[in-house]
Amino acid sequence: MSTRYVTILGKAVRAAMRLRGGGSALPGLVVERIDPNFIKATLATLPRGVVIISGTNGKTTTTKMVVELLESQGLKVFTNRTGSNFTRGVAAALLGEVNFAGKLDADIAVLELDEAHAVHFVRTIPPRHSLILNVMRDQLDRFGEIDATAELLRTITTATSDTVVLNREDGRIAGLQNTLVTQRVSFFGLSDDLLTTFPSDDQLHGGSSRLATAKADVTLKKFVDQTATFHMDGHDITTQLKLNGIYNVYNAAAALALVRAILGESINQTALIARLAHITPAFGRGETFIIDGKSLELILVKNPSGFRLGLQSFNPSGYATMIAINDNYADGRDMSWLWDVTFESLQDEGVEQVSGIRAYDMALRLQYDEVPLSDVTTNLTKGFKQFMSDNPKKPKRIYCTYTAMLKIRRQIGKIIDVESIG
Amino acid sequence: MSKQTITILQLYPRDMNIYGDYGNALVLLRRLEWYGYTPRLIAYNPGDEFPSDVDIIIGGGGQDSGQGKIQADLLSIGSRLKKLADADVPMLMICGLYQLFGKFFKTSTDEIIEGIGLLDIETYGKSERLIGNIILESEQFGLLYGYENHSGQTYLGKKVKPLGSVRMGAGNNTADTFEGARYRNVIGSYLHGSLLPKNPQIADFLIETAVVKKYGEFSNDVIDDSFAMRARRTAARRPR
Repeated sequence: MSTRYVTILGKAVRAAMRLRGGGSALPGLVVERIDPNFIKATLATLPRGVVIISGTNGKTTTTKMVVELLESQGLKVFTNRTGSNFTRGVAAALLGEVNFAGKLDADIAVLELDEAHAVHFVRTIPPRHSLILNVMRDQLDRFGEIDATAELLRTITTATSDTVVLNREDGRIAGLQNTLVTQRVSFFGLSDDLLTTFPSDDQLHGGSSRLATAKADVTLKKFVDQTATFHMDGHDITTQLKLNGIYNVYNAAAALALVRAILGESINQTALIARLAHITPAFGRGETFIIDGKSLELILVKNPSGFRLGLQSFNPSGYATMIAINDNYADGRDMSWLWDVTFESLQDEGVEQVSGIRAYDMALRLQYDEVPLSDVTTNLTKGFKQFMSDNPKKPKRIYCTYTAMLKIRRQIGKIIDVESIG
Repeated sequence: MSKQTITILQLYPRDMNIYGDYGNALVLLRRLEWYGYTPRLIAYNPGDEFPSDVDIIIGGGGQDSGQGKIQADLLSIGSRLKKLADADVPMLMICGLYQLFGKFFKTSTDEIIEGIGLLDIETYGKSERLIGNIILESEQFGLLYGYENHSGQTYLGKKVKPLGSVRMGAGNNTADTFEGARYRNVIGSYLHGSLLPKNPQIADFLIETAVVKKYGEFSNDVIDDSFAMRARRTAARRPR
């Protein structure tokens, strides 16, 4: 079948799925089955090639930042914005953007890819640049072990043709530079002061982490009250940010380093920083809604390090806190990770509501950290409504796993207008 | 009266502590406190001096790299651990250390990694990973709920009993229906989850054994395990 017909067919499936509501990857699957070369042929036409962002934590927010920063430099960027970060998710996203002749109107593609799927992807489509954020104990029930996951990430870096951007503070990621021969390597990093607030996976488990002493292209020096200081080109650059949570801000350093690698000398620094100041978090990554005059923050938690960083980043004082834990496939079925997070920071304020399929695993976890707990229910819809009605006068914060977040977002959507996540 | 102390030794927390193994240590610490004892947790890492006064020993799982880092040290303390096991000290070894408490681990490339042989078990590395929720039935402990994630397949010798038989999941291997191993008061198992929070009967077995051995009697206060019971009910309904 010609690309033209495959494209039309895929677009038709996509339109049909939209009418039915949801299902971001299925049209991609249809096209992938009929024409496995669809993605390759379409992306090959881009003048500035393909950029891949991978790692355990922060892919979605970082990808969003890179896209917006590149747009501030006048580039037209294609991305897999829906967060459906598998090959067919990319195909599905492409179908939304190409014209009926199968041509993509963009300068560059910036894609977030899951470690395991990225390996297959780079075999067909080697990226020009890649950014590897971190490797932590995430969906180990899917991939096996953390060292094996780091090896998957290595495959992405060795398939890269131009620049590989690495996290200097994560020993397993910084170590990926050792097998890179022809590629340029650039690092993003933290000042020594901030390093202590960013436990890597090994540090969480009593080991040491920073192995690399390499100079970082972009260093995050300071982050206080939504104001961040980055060090690059020998200067400190301080800017206000709309991002919540220090881990999002560290991802901004990663995004800056990647954009600097892509654009080189031609970068417009003023426009870059101006845009950075206006970037908002991706959905569920510290998003804030206003409901009845009070704020409601959603913090996505997927793994122990992310949960720890979230708890460290957001002061519970004065807030009503809810935790929603599901164990659907996309969340990971193994509940062990909750025991690698410490919840003692919630002891004073307590937790108002615990909900989700594994609500009682979470309640049990809080019991062993002696955190007071008001209400527990496995019925998430009921739990969310209860949480909202019990705490009308307080700002609220919900820590939630992926599928719990989607469900809570739907509930919020019934109260206020929530941007569609595709 | 000063409170009675119970010392827990955690083996190799730096290199062998994956999938929430800390949860097992935390549950023992808290329950001991709630029962009115003073718990002490000692981390033992390669090269450390092995403490003389130990009441409970626990150990967790690791990756292949972690096992490589601790194997020589483990062999060097093997005879001491065996003596403690034969003196009925309670121990809980999960996953990687369960395997290395056995006679050997033979990798899929036929490399032999020697264990300390405290447990009469043999483990063979396979390409298939056994992953998912698991439910066991144990003669002593009743139903046990956890999560397994291992590619080593373990076979029991004559000197050990299984911890339980598998109701859902794989367990020690894909050939028989056993999970884990028991030798005196030593428990080996593949169950993460973490194991002890949702299976407090095992935590209390370890605690009671240690306390009775050291102080002659165990004063058992009631702990509210209703969250654990509800979490078990959820676990019983979840897919593999």
